[in-house]
Amino acid sequence: MKTQMTGAQIVVQALKDQGVDTVFGYPGGAVLPIYDEIFQQNDIRHILVRHEQGATHAAEGYARSTGKPGVVLVTSGPGATNAVTGMTDALMDSIPMIVLTGQVPTFMIGNDAFQEADTVGITRPCTKHNWLVKETDALADTIHKAFHVAISGRPGPVLVDIPKDVQFANGTYVKPQKAAIGHYNPRVKGDIDKITELVELIEKAKRPIIYSGGGVINSGKAASMLLRDLAKSSNFPVTSTLMGLGAYPANGDNWLGMLGMHGTYEANMAMHDCDLMICIGARFDDRITGRVDAFSPKSKKAHIDIDPSSINKVIHVDIPIIGDVGHVMEDLLKIWKSRGRKIEKEAISKWWKKIEEWRAVDCLRFEQKGKTIRPQYALERLEALTKDHDRYITTEVGQHQMWAAQYLGFNDPHRFMTSGGLGTMGYGLPSSIGVQLAHRDSLVINIAGEASFQMNMQEMGTAIQYRLPVKQFILNNERLGMVRQWQELLHGERYSHSWSEALPDFVKLADAFGAKGILCKDPGDLDDAIMEMINYDGPVIFDCLVEKHENCFPMIPSGKAHNEMLLGEASTQNTIDATGAVMV
Amino acid sequence: MNALSLKKGISRKSAYDLRSLYGDEIESHTLAVIVDNEAGVLARVIGLFSGRGYNIESLTVAEVDHEGHRSRITVVTIGTPAVIEQIKAQLGRLVPVHDVHDLTVEGPSVERELALIKVNGVGEKRVEAMRTADVFRATVVDSTLESFVFEITGAPEKIDAFVDLMRPLGVSEVARTGVAAITRGT
Ligand SMILES: Cc1ncc(C[n+]2csc(CCOP(=O)(O)OP(=O)(O)O)c2C)c(N)n1
Ligand SMILES: [Mg+2]
Repeated sequence: MKTQMTGAQIVVQALKDQGVDTVFGYPGGAVLPIYDEIFQQNDIRHILVRHEQGATHAAEGYARSTGKPGVVLVTSGPGATNAVTGMTDALMDSIPMIVLTGQVPTFMIGNDAFQEADTVGITRPCTKHNWLVKETDALADTIHKAFHVAISGRPGPVLVDIPKDVQFANGTYVKPQKAAIGHYNPRVKGDIDKITELVELIEKAKRPIIYSGGGVINSGKAASMLLRDLAKSSNFPVTSTLMGLGAYPANGDNWLGMLGMHGTYEANMAMHDCDLMICIGARFDDRITGRVDAFSPKSKKAHIDIDPSSINKVIHVDIPIIGDVGHVMEDLLKIWKSRGRKIEKEAISKWWKKIEEWRAVDCLRFEQKGKTIRPQYALERLEALTKDHDRYITTEVGQHQMWAAQYLGFNDPHRFMTSGGLGTMGYGLPSSIGVQLAHRDSLVINIAGEASFQMNMQEMGTAIQYRLPVKQFILNNERLGMVRQWQELLHGERYSHSWSEALPDFVKLADAFGAKGILCKDPGDLDDAIMEMINYDGPVIFDCLVEKHENCFPMIPSGKAHNEMLLGEASTQNTIDATGAVMV
Repeated sequence: MNALSLKKGISRKSAYDLRSLYGDEIESHTLAVIVDNEAGVLARVIGLFSGRGYNIESLTVAEVDHEGHRSRITVVTIGTPAVIEQIKAQLGRLVPVHDVHDLTVEGPSVERELALIKVNGVGEKRVEAMRTADVFRATVVDSTLESFVFEITGAPEKIDAFVDLMRPLGVSEVARTGVAAITRGT
């Protein structure tokens, strides 16, 4: 009953049996046998990118928008090293991804062979786990195990390095159900005693807040529903990290907006003043906490996370609960409801009054006046004109990314795909391609900066080749805007290398690729231009010329506490001291 | 071991009892990490320590279960209680890691190290070297007219003391295995 196949056939069969429909890749000498097998079948669609980094971000976009792992296939040496940034990005944001790399034949490993790189050595710190497969018989097991590791527990990227002779040789294929996947099996159920302790605090809390993160989205749709249930039945306010946007809807009654460095005034003030913080699938990143020793000084803190190493890493918590956030919230709701779903009703309505006062500050307010488009206005109009569409948003990295998080509303999980942990410029365009492949009929928009866009703009070719109508919405300030902002606030307005010179004509660039180019610089033309973009059935590069010196507010400068937030230009003078300046 | 003031963790059965995570005193802990004996596993563990800025004071590794493909890594590390907890959690989430035991907390435990020490000398120094070796129950595993190789096992501190005494008597080389450790009792 044992099936013999070549290594290359095993790779393709294993992918099929894992339910893979799309692979992002780029061929080369060390993966030719696998490409030969891909050529001879029709179940798996291979998307030829223009650069291996593009393949990894496209796979991330696919994974982030579907919840399924993204798959990448690249050659040895430069193919593998080009994939490093995307793997690191996926590791930081806990995105399931399987990267298959070709390797020089086993008998040449260690000889500095042509296109040899120590791929498992290089990628050990940027994968959840990786394997060099030295025998064809071990290949099927290893690939199945790789999928298991990528999606179990805290998801992440994994890599399987496959020498060329292993691809040619014959070996035994085993199905996923029969594979030896080893002992790795993180626990998903939380400790009931700890959950009960949290229920007791929920019943007594007077100024509670739910701080949710990407873990809720990673856990699956059910977790987002449970989060909504918890917020609704407790009437607790909800804020979220950049990674968690959409798990609780932006149009929900209890929504405070995003928190952290560029979060809303009300979210950060509520975090600072709360008496109970329930952190669900977030990790107290430095973009969230600001100055750690001034972080939410008056609160009891509970932390639900599937990764034990996230707990007590940055912030000491009173109630650590290790488990999948979906499972834990389910138990939590069950216990709390069985005890009569008590809350301190009066205190909580008082707390909401306080929050309303903060909200009245209207920290995202801006005025569109004059002849120059303000970036906030561009996004406000984009939101108004696209929010009723079946819409997915990706972003690049910089000011535009933060404005997208502030001015676009996400009402469902998996709708906002951004590089949070690594902050990778060049992520957004390839990511939008991966998203569009998974959602052919949806409106997919990449909110870009003109500098980030140029980091992977070659992928426009991929969009054209596969007829992917991705919209590249560039907020063109001719500046490395976020860098410029920091130089203004921290470095005495010495704008060292933070402007975009010699920019391409983006309309002509679109033309050259066979896409549509749209230029817009007048606020009065904006709506029509956006409609033209939406209605065009094909990829668009939208060059939106915006105010060049706009800063992104609110802002908690590094080294400051949540209640030391800058709200606008007037408050920026001499606010960042030397200790803050050394932080990133 | 070094100039830092080292405080041993309190011996308790549970890893979470009584130790305040927020002490800022540097402690020394001995961890036993049970791993799959697969290619690169040691690189993973060492990479974790260097990548995250943790300290390795001593590290030993060897297969302990041939059929089960298991190795035991004994690592002595120092850090504040919070850092030690992080180290254990970070080790615990590596895919090939089965178990992480903090012997300092789970103790009491025995720690042993083996050393080979080459001492060159003649005459009175040679006699003195033999006398010292006797006191420490070190054995001679090689000798020429001008040299001895002593073998000694014991707690690391005992080996430190032995080497210090031997040094003026002509130590030319020292080879140490690093610490192996195991809990006492069943
Ligand atoms: C690959 C990479 N290199 C450098 C940076 C540092 N960086 C962060 S934002 C930024 C400027 C981005 O400029 P742009 O894409 O035009 O966006 P804007 O801030 O102007 O909206 C830079 C250089 C980064 N995040 N990623
Ligand atoms: Mg820019």
